[in-house]
Amino acid sequence: MTPFNERIIEALETPELRSNLRGAMDFLRSKRSLSIEDYALWQQHQDIATDVRHALPQQLPELLEQLEQSCTRNGIEVHWAADASDARKIFLQIAQATNATRVIKGKSMASEEIELNTHLEQHGIESTESDMGEFIVQLANEKPSHIIMPALHKNQEQIAELFNQKLNEKADASDVDQLIGIGRKVLREKFKQADIGVSGVNFAAAKSGTLCLVENEGNGRLSTSVPNCHIAIMGIDKVIPDLSSLPSLLYLLTRSATGQEITSYVNLISGPRKPDELDGPKSVHLIILDNGRSSIASDPALAATLACIRCGACMNHCPVYTKIGGHAYGTTYPGPIGQVISPQLDGGEEHNELLNACSLNGACGEACPVNIELPDMIRELRNQRSAAQPNHTGEKMVWHAWRAIHQSPRLYQLTSLMMRIPGLSSLLFPRRWTKGRTSPTPANNTLHALIKAKTNHDNRDPQHEHK
Amino acid sequence: MKRVYLFGTCLIDNYYPEAGLDAIELLSLAGFESVFPQSQTCCGQPPYNSGYATQSAAVAMQTVDTFLYAEYPLIVPSASCAGMIKNHYPVLLRDHPEYEKKAIALASKTFELVDFIVDKLPYHQLTSNTPVTAALHQSCSALRETGSAKSWIKLIGHMPHVTLNLPCYAEECCGFGGTFSIKSPEVSLAMTKDKYEHLVATKSQTVISGDCGCLINLKGYAKKNGLAFPHQHIASFAKQQFDEANS
Ligand code: SF4
Repeated sequence: MTPFNERIIEALETPELRSNLRGAMDFLRSKRSLSIEDYALWQQHQDIATDVRHALPQQLPELLEQLEQSCTRNGIEVHWAADASDARKIFLQIAQATNATRVIKGKSMASEEIELNTHLEQHGIESTESDMGEFIVQLANEKPSHIIMPALHKNQEQIAELFNQKLNEKADASDVDQLIGIGRKVLREKFKQADIGVSGVNFAAAKSGTLCLVENEGNGRLSTSVPNCHIAIMGIDKVIPDLSSLPSLLYLLTRSATGQEITSYVNLISGPRKPDELDGPKSVHLIILDNGRSSIASDPALAATLACIRCGACMNHCPVYTKIGGHAYGTTYPGPIGQVISPQLDGGEEHNELLNACSLNGACGEACPVNIELPDMIRELRNQRSAAQPNHTGEKMVWHAWRAIHQSPRLYQLTSLMMRIPGLSSLLFPRRWTKGRTSPTPANNTLHALIKAKTNHDNRDPQHEHK
Repeated sequence: MKRVYLFGTCLIDNYYPEAGLDAIELLSLAGFESVFPQSQTCCGQPPYNSGYATQSAAVAMQTVDTFLYAEYPLIVPSASCAGMIKNHYPVLLRDHPEYEKKAIALASKTFELVDFIVDKLPYHQLTSNTPVTAALHQSCSALRETGSAKSWIKLIGHMPHVTLNLPCYAEECCGFGGTFSIKSPEVSLAMTKDKYEHLVATKSQTVISGDCGCLINLKGYAKKNGLAFPHQHIASFAKQQFDEANS
């Protein structure tokens, strides 16, 4: 059994997780559909956003170059990271140059991707997550299980228990406001002490050099304005040409992610504190991470992977994610987009097995606000992975045989007859199927045979057999 | 009578042949004579979805040849296989110059059974007063590949004595997904269990669907656990309603 399957079983056998997930997914799905009131308007924005995001892979080199120029002009220092370890090194250099010992972080999936927290800890730098969900996950020594709602696998009781244990509090599980208050109290202090604030980037406009960041708790604004130094980390795919498409992108993003018409905070960051300004960071750095993305851009069949705006709708609608949650995937990005992007990122080979956990039911593709055909891409990745397998591997041989049978009407009908030999039909279904499901019994006669008998003619020219 | 081709599909051929015969009867009620070429086999979807496009393409070409012989529309009593031909053949065969055009031609004359007949059946002949309750399993293909789920609901809507129930989470997959159920059997089974329970919770006399893969999957789950699963292909269910009207 593969480790992924083991993790799946573990998740399936945790009833509390199952009910937390179902509850959270129901909530997010219904909020999303309620927020799409005006479908015609939704579609207008969808068209604009889809065009912009799908054109992106072709335009990456020029847009990124432009982004660097604009940011530099705005006083943002731009750093290029080819892979995760590069990004970690760059971060550490900036931190060490300023003698930083404390970092406060807003939500950033790119920083999860490069495993920044662990790296900073190893170098004696304290890193605190300030998004409430991330804070909870960090306190529990876990990883986010969802890209939008990092702690959605936990219920209030579990969170209260965690606070009581780790923060020595007397939290009341039934009082959400009190729970959040406890977190805020801890975080306020951390904000004041932090030397560096870290954030992700939702969109980076190349023309103006503007970093857009949406959030609901204000922690993103604090992280990017209170500490003296702000470091933003983004994948190269976060770039957009200019701000003109931003209203459409945000329209889709917030509705798809949390069912909100707009988030409580929309931050547009265009540089460090100016000489005549009273607050804001003294320096702003932008780390632009590739980590396999530019090679994704060069494969036309898979380039749309980079169109993703990380709204999480595909995972909320995925029946597999809904059953097992994000941790089972063992990747930074779980769910359908995670299945597509993880195997393609640097060092992603170990995640090829995720591709098996998809029934191609299409719910993700339907939910995606920027029309990424996720099922087609999962199929394409399966194709590419199987093509790379040697010819004698078990599954390839099965499909070779399958083809030989189904390409030939005679062999096909002969096989149908053989399936009716008692005991043989069940052999078609491997144990992995029959463990949980009885294999079907073939009907006494095939439709081929029944029709042939009805029309009572045994025409050897198959094209002319009529009912 | 105008002629149509019937593609029985390999699952109906082997496990639900009566649904194929019932499809022929329904087509005839709608005014069409079915032609069933004996050279038909499978649409090629199993390897296609498993990532073995080359093997799938070889079988798809054989299907294209079988059903392009005459100009008759191609009727498929399965949203899954109809969707494969309509939406995926043109992509699958695009690197086979000779077949690309043919695939597009076949795709454009292919219809899921109920999509094709729903507006053509003689509903006025339905006179049954015996109430029936049926739970509909809309397959993922009928919802998201061909859109036939709408026709399925419309078809039953024409039968005043039938109460149609949709289970909660109606749009969620039953967990079959071809080789998915073999490669990820645990999560697949958890999905199947949910779907089965939601269908049963509708307290309907029977479960109907237009995709046999889902039915085989749900039945296999029920049987393994000693549970009942009265069900019918939607063609058999509809045909039965017309029979009862005429008996
Ligand atoms: S793939 Fe689409 S649905 Fe999934 S996170 Fe990205 S934008 Fe959202």
